[in-house]
Amino acid sequence: MLITAPNLTRPDETYQRLIATHDGLTEADSHALNARLVLILMNHIGDQQVLDQALRLARDPGRAPD
Amino acid sequence: MNDLGPERYKLAFRLYPYARSPDQDAPTPTRHKVIVAGGGPVGLATALDLGRRGVPVVLLDDHEGAGLGSRALCFAKRTLEICDRLGAAGPMLEKGVQWNVGKVFHDDRLLYEFNLLPEGGHAFPAFINLQQPWFEKFLHDAILAAQAEGAPIELRGRNRVDAVTPSADHVTLDIMTPDGPYQLKADWLIACDGARSPLRGMLGLSFDGRVFEDNFLIADVKMKADFPTERWFWFEPHFKSGDSALLHKQPDDIWRIDFQLGWNIDRAKELEPANIRARVDAMLGPDVDYELDWCSIYTFQCRRMDRFRHGRVLFAGDSAHQVSPFGARGANSGIQDVDNLAWKLALVLDGTAPDSLLDSYDAERVQGADENILNSTRATDFITPKTPVSKIFRNAVLTLAEHLPFARTLVNSGRLSLPCTYDGSALNGPDHPDMPPRARPGSPCPDAPVPGGWLLGHLGRTFTLLTVNQTAPDSLYAHGLTVPCLAVEATPEITARYLGTAQGAVYLIRPDQHVAARWDHFDESAVAAALARAIGKA
Repeated sequence: MLITAPNLTRPDETYQRLIATHDGLTEADSHALNARLVLILMNHIGDQQVLDQALRLARDPGRAPD
Repeated sequence: MNDLGPERYKLAFRLYPYARSPDQDAPTPTRHKVIVAGGGPVGLATALDLGRRGVPVVLLDDHEGAGLGSRALCFAKRTLEICDRLGAAGPMLEKGVQWNVGKVFHDDRLLYEFNLLPEGGHAFPAFINLQQPWFEKFLHDAILAAQAEGAPIELRGRNRVDAVTPSADHVTLDIMTPDGPYQLKADWLIACDGARSPLRGMLGLSFDGRVFEDNFLIADVKMKADFPTERWFWFEPHFKSGDSALLHKQPDDIWRIDFQLGWNIDRAKELEPANIRARVDAMLGPDVDYELDWCSIYTFQCRRMDRFRHGRVLFAGDSAHQVSPFGARGANSGIQDVDNLAWKLALVLDGTAPDSLLDSYDAERVQGADENILNSTRATDFITPKTPVSKIFRNAVLTLAEHLPFARTLVNSGRLSLPCTYDGSALNGPDHPDMPPRARPGSPCPDAPVPGGWLLGHLGRTFTLLTVNQTAPDSLYAHGLTVPCLAVEATPEITARYLGTAQGAVYLIRPDQHVAARWDHFDESAVAAALARAIGKA
């Protein structure tokens, strides 16, 4: 089951780190980094059902997770 | 058309020269049991399989043998197992090239190497590389051997089918030969006449799917110097061939090189030897000495017919379904069509099974074709990303693959052709939960070593009852069929592949070596019921 309730211990710090990871990159390099990040996280999650829920939610954030 | 015209292509081997048949002088069209149209790998294998089952078969081809050019090159393990049942695998294995090491490059960087390390305990390797004309020649050699033993197979070269007229219980064919036209009738017609299938066109049947806008240049080069027997695949190669390039080895010191050229190309210009040599030089480096052996440019589509059975006409191989070359699923899936069709047609012809058994050919092989189309479409989309964002993800996978094994599992330059498991087939009987999923009903039997050889070599070409830790009679008789029983020891391979954690195992195996049903104990009435189901009687 995909966790959609707040799950980050230090959200501001985590968000800042995400943005800082892109520091100094061109837009193309940033897109490439994002793609690598998605793939790394997908592999970490592994569970196809959770990934499917995440993919649907990303495509349509307004829908309830199913 | 009132004459045969010149040959459309050159031959590598002239196998069945034209000879006038008495049928051409018959006052009324001779009626045959089965006519096979097309003498490529699928047509030859169909004639061979039917003939070895004692079914009289006439094969018609508008040429007289195997066309020039390596074309289908990778023959997978299941194909070799089927050819072994047909008595043709030995020379294929001897002539074919085996390889285990592959290298994947992006631009000018080696990302990683892999070793296939195939599972032990199988008679045949994961696949071999062998030029298509040789594959056809070895099938033809097996046909000659079968004919010598009385198999009723007849091959007619320079016999072009010009028209087909379907009737309720037969078809009529108009045929053109060097001596002019004649007609034949057949109870069953098997159309193995390739991706452009004239028969499909004559019957007005559609062939829909996805067109990939790309051209591929094949250059077969002969190299004198040692060059490793490895498969090299480039994404976005530095030598600017387009989106990909592939190098792998054939017999006779020949290497197959595939260059992806893109859609808008000048075909004639790309085929000029100087232009091909410029590409090959850039790929191999300046110091490699080679000769161009054979070159061709091709495009491909992923598509299939809605149905492979149309009354008394059955389509097999590329005439029924077409895939991209990535993953070697063209000829290999065609041979699986043959494997599926021949025993069913033989049982229908001798009255053992109802005509409806042939509908299961359609259902099972459409399932196989869809699986192949899915796999080859996925590989094509990975190799040639269709949108900017899919290219970003593709290149992200390649970047990660240089360092991280998980990303290598996502790199898709064509997946190994594996035979289809007919999950959900109407022919499947009971399953047992304690046995390995890989041998569930619908699966092709995994091979295993047994005393004196290999399991698949002991299965023969009829239904077989395989038992492990169970006693059964030497043979059973039910529904018009004699089913021999084969008892095997629970060796480590048999346990892993068949027994699982069950106390005993009883497998009903179809003539195409797919599992029909399995139980943990022998029960004759259960076996008879599953047999009825497997021949379409239930």
